[in-house]
Amino acid sequence: MALKVPRHEMPCQDPKERAHNFNEVALGYASETAIEEAQRCLQCKNPKCVQGCPVNISIPEFIQKITEEDFEGAAAIIKQSSSLPAVCGRVCPQESQCEAKCILGIKGESVAIGRLERFVADYEISKGCKIPEVAPPSGKKVAIIGAGPAGLACAGDLAKAGHKVTIFEALHVAGGVLMYGIPEFRLPKDIVQNEICNLEPMGVEILVNQVVGKVTSVHELLQNGYDAVFIGTGAGLPNFLGIPGENLNGVYSANEFLTRTNLMKGYRFPEYKTPVKVGKKVVVFGAGNVAMDAARTALRLGAEEVSIVYRRSRAEMPARHEELEHAEEEGVKFQLLTNPVSIQGDEKGAVKSLTCLRYELGEPDASGRRSPVPIPGSEFDIEVDTVVVAIGQGPNPLVTQSTEGLELNKWGNIVVNEETLETSIPGVFAGGDIVTGAATVILAMGAGKKAAAGINAYLKNKG
Amino acid sequence: MYRVVKRRQLASAPCIVLLEVEAPAVAAKVEPGQFVIVRMDEQSERIPLTVMDFDREKGTITIVIQDVGYSSAMINSMEEGSYFLDFVGPLGVPSEIENHGTVVCIGGGLGVAPVYPIARALKEAGNKLISVIGARSADILILEEEMAAISDELVIATDDGSKGIKGFVTNGLEQILAQGTKIDAIWAIGPVVMMRSVANFTRPLGIKTIVSMNPIMVDGTGMCGACRLTVGDETKFACVDGPEFDGHLVDFDLAMKRLSFYKDEEERAKISKDCDCGKGAQ
Ligand SMILES: Cc1cc2nc3c(=O)[nH]c(=O)nc-3n(C[C@H](O)[C@H](O)[C@H](O)COP(=O)(O)OP(=O)(O)OC[C@H]3O[C@@H](n4cnc5c(N)ncnc54)[C@H](O)[C@@H]3O)c2cc1C
Ligand SMILES: Cc1cc2nc3c(=O)[nH]c(=O)nc-3n(C[C@H](O)[C@H](O)[C@H](O)COP(=O)(O)OP(=O)(O)OC[C@H]3O[C@@H](n4cnc5c(N)ncnc54)[C@H](O)[C@@H]3O)c2cc1C
Ligand code: SF4
Ligand code: SF4
Ligand code: FES
Repeated sequence: MALKVPRHEMPCQDPKERAHNFNEVALGYASETAIEEAQRCLQCKNPKCVQGCPVNISIPEFIQKITEEDFEGAAAIIKQSSSLPAVCGRVCPQESQCEAKCILGIKGESVAIGRLERFVADYEISKGCKIPEVAPPSGKKVAIIGAGPAGLACAGDLAKAGHKVTIFEALHVAGGVLMYGIPEFRLPKDIVQNEICNLEPMGVEILVNQVVGKVTSVHELLQNGYDAVFIGTGAGLPNFLGIPGENLNGVYSANEFLTRTNLMKGYRFPEYKTPVKVGKKVVVFGAGNVAMDAARTALRLGAEEVSIVYRRSRAEMPARHEELEHAEEEGVKFQLLTNPVSIQGDEKGAVKSLTCLRYELGEPDASGRRSPVPIPGSEFDIEVDTVVVAIGQGPNPLVTQSTEGLELNKWGNIVVNEETLETSIPGVFAGGDIVTGAATVILAMGAGKKAAAGINAYLKNKG
Repeated sequence: MYRVVKRRQLASAPCIVLLEVEAPAVAAKVEPGQFVIVRMDEQSERIPLTVMDFDREKGTITIVIQDVGYSSAMINSMEEGSYFLDFVGPLGVPSEIENHGTVVCIGGGLGVAPVYPIARALKEAGNKLISVIGARSADILILEEEMAAISDELVIATDDGSKGIKGFVTNGLEQILAQGTKIDAIWAIGPVVMMRSVANFTRPLGIKTIVSMNPIMVDGTGMCGACRLTVGDETKFACVDGPEFDGHLVDFDLAMKRLSFYKDEEERAKISKDCDCGKGAQ
């Protein structure tokens, strides 16, 4: 019977309305819906979904608990593998991970694993989270650099093991991209802070406003009594295309545009004092989650027309399905197989127009993907007053360049031992986007947990 | 929280205030030429300010702020004993302090404050230090005594001639060159127009000229790119690659345009609160 019940839709704010507010778009399942959706799960003996999850959450087990209406029990199962379920349930690219492998997805629709995870996590938050048990003090101190998903997850597991953990965060709040990048309407900041505030009762100290590489350094931390260091500084260096006109007024990196809006609450200007300026016609370069976030943010800030300009075709767009759909519903336009060539400004140095080139899909390359090739002479202009560049981020060099003896790859990411996540410096570990390049929350969180295990083993051996 | 331990008003129109703030971790590491980013409270912008002085023993940082808009006016109205919510630093690359020979340190308007610690360090490194400080008029000329105390020679220029030479800091520089002084390096800090004219003046003479750029910033860690400048043929982020750059390579016109991007919004922020600057201790 399970096969016949369709997957339960996620209730959402009406697109017309939500395109003008910053409240969360997806509203979450009610208990009844969650139970009904959970009942669709076949409780497979050899659950493929678990293989699809980067941290191997015991998916059938937690879903079973939902059917039993034991939501707290479900939360406890998820918490064994994930420290940020309310976040991952919202932002994981489920359709290419757990849900992609779900057996129900072969013939019909997969179980809505992410939505169930979110439901359980939100339920737990509403009841007040339980503080995990902490082992007796080990007498060891660990420094964590960066309070993104990687650093936070690492800190949580190390605190559980009884180590004294201090997080050094450059910005004025913890959370990394979850606070400065991903917008409120997709990931409410209260939810993020809720996941973080569990750490303090566990003895984790979070020091904000600490730019490592400037106010202190990795080697100095080791000299000052820290037995191990974890680097989780993320991929916070915005890429630009290097085309003419990119430094004109009105051209933002996605990081700047989103940081002004999210971290600095620019959408509540002038109550909050950081302005964020958006014109009538906005173009966003790129088609990942970052680009969708920028485009939808621009709409909410009052832009009349927002377009995504992307070099490849729809099939290659790296954004989560749901974000793409939501963006479309809200009225974001797509200029596919199109690439910007130059940006023109007016006499005041403000963006006026954009010249683009059309592309077509060529022969499949070695990877089997048909890569886009420019069509000669297809240049055309678009009138525009704001441009947001969302074509990826590189590793921020502040920590890596100031740490002697730290091995990097040719892109500037930190090289680690794949099992322990230890770097070329003994006692120094790293994980998340600073190692992999810009990836996902769940992978960063998973890396944080893996590094915590590596650090535990290292501290044991050290004696 | 970072407590204001001292406040001194340096000028009143425009309002310029000196604040000494407790920030021991920053004070332990800061070098001349670096800056901090401050936030007064939860609603505030992140405001970059150059370090004017530091006391490693007391654990304090001194900053000098000129009222140009809402946030700077609010900071200027802070009293002794009040607190900054956030105080991040030291940020940016320290000045290249070594014995260059004879150096000229130029501070225009508020720029005297950021040039002061650099000038002092250059002097301590063995340079012959000639300083040129300027302002629109004598009553808003700041830190004259402090600069006189560290300089081998001090030239003052005011636009209205109320003190020193009548004219701009570039006139002061001309005067030094006219005396036949051989200059090995120049630091010029002040309004962008001033830095541009100093750089234009020294370019044909081939004198190394360092300027300190002050673009709009957000994070100050190289994450957002708001502070980007064109230097030579390259895009640089002032917060991590600067704030000091070779003045002969900076695209000043672009920098000026980028500074004006938020003009309308700044006006909107302003009217929401009247500045009550000017009160408090002298
Ligand atoms: C706009 C946007 C949307 C995204 N959407 C999704 C999504 O829907 N789903 C998904 O799975 N992933 C998404 N991602 C990717 C995901 O957010 C990242 O992969 C993840 O946050 C990486 O975690 P991290 O801990 O490695 O680094 P980050 O989250 O980048 O955190 C690094 C932290 O280190 C701090 N730091 C940096 N340098 C220093 C220093 N020198 N000293 C001290 N602290 C420092 C930073 O301030 C930051 O807080 C998105 C990313 C962006 C930018
Ligand atoms: C590295 C650096 C060091 C600085 N050091 C000092 C300092 O020691 N003392 C000091 O008083 N100021 C300093 N500034 C400038 C200071 O940060 C700005 O004056 C302040 O951010 C303006 O904020 P506001 O809200 O008061 O003014 P706004 O209302 O935001 O702006 C008012 C006017 O100031 C200009 N402006 C806006 N932002 C900046 C900016 N970042 N820099 C320069 N002008 C700006 C605008 O063009 C506008 O016309 C520095 C800036 C940088 C980047
Ligand atoms: S963490 Fe992500 S991938 Fe794993 S089960 Fe949850 S939603 Fe799926
Ligand atoms: S694969 Fe699908 S049906 Fe099977 S256990 Fe996992 S979620 Fe349930
Ligand atoms: S201020 Fe954000 S990169 Fe410099």
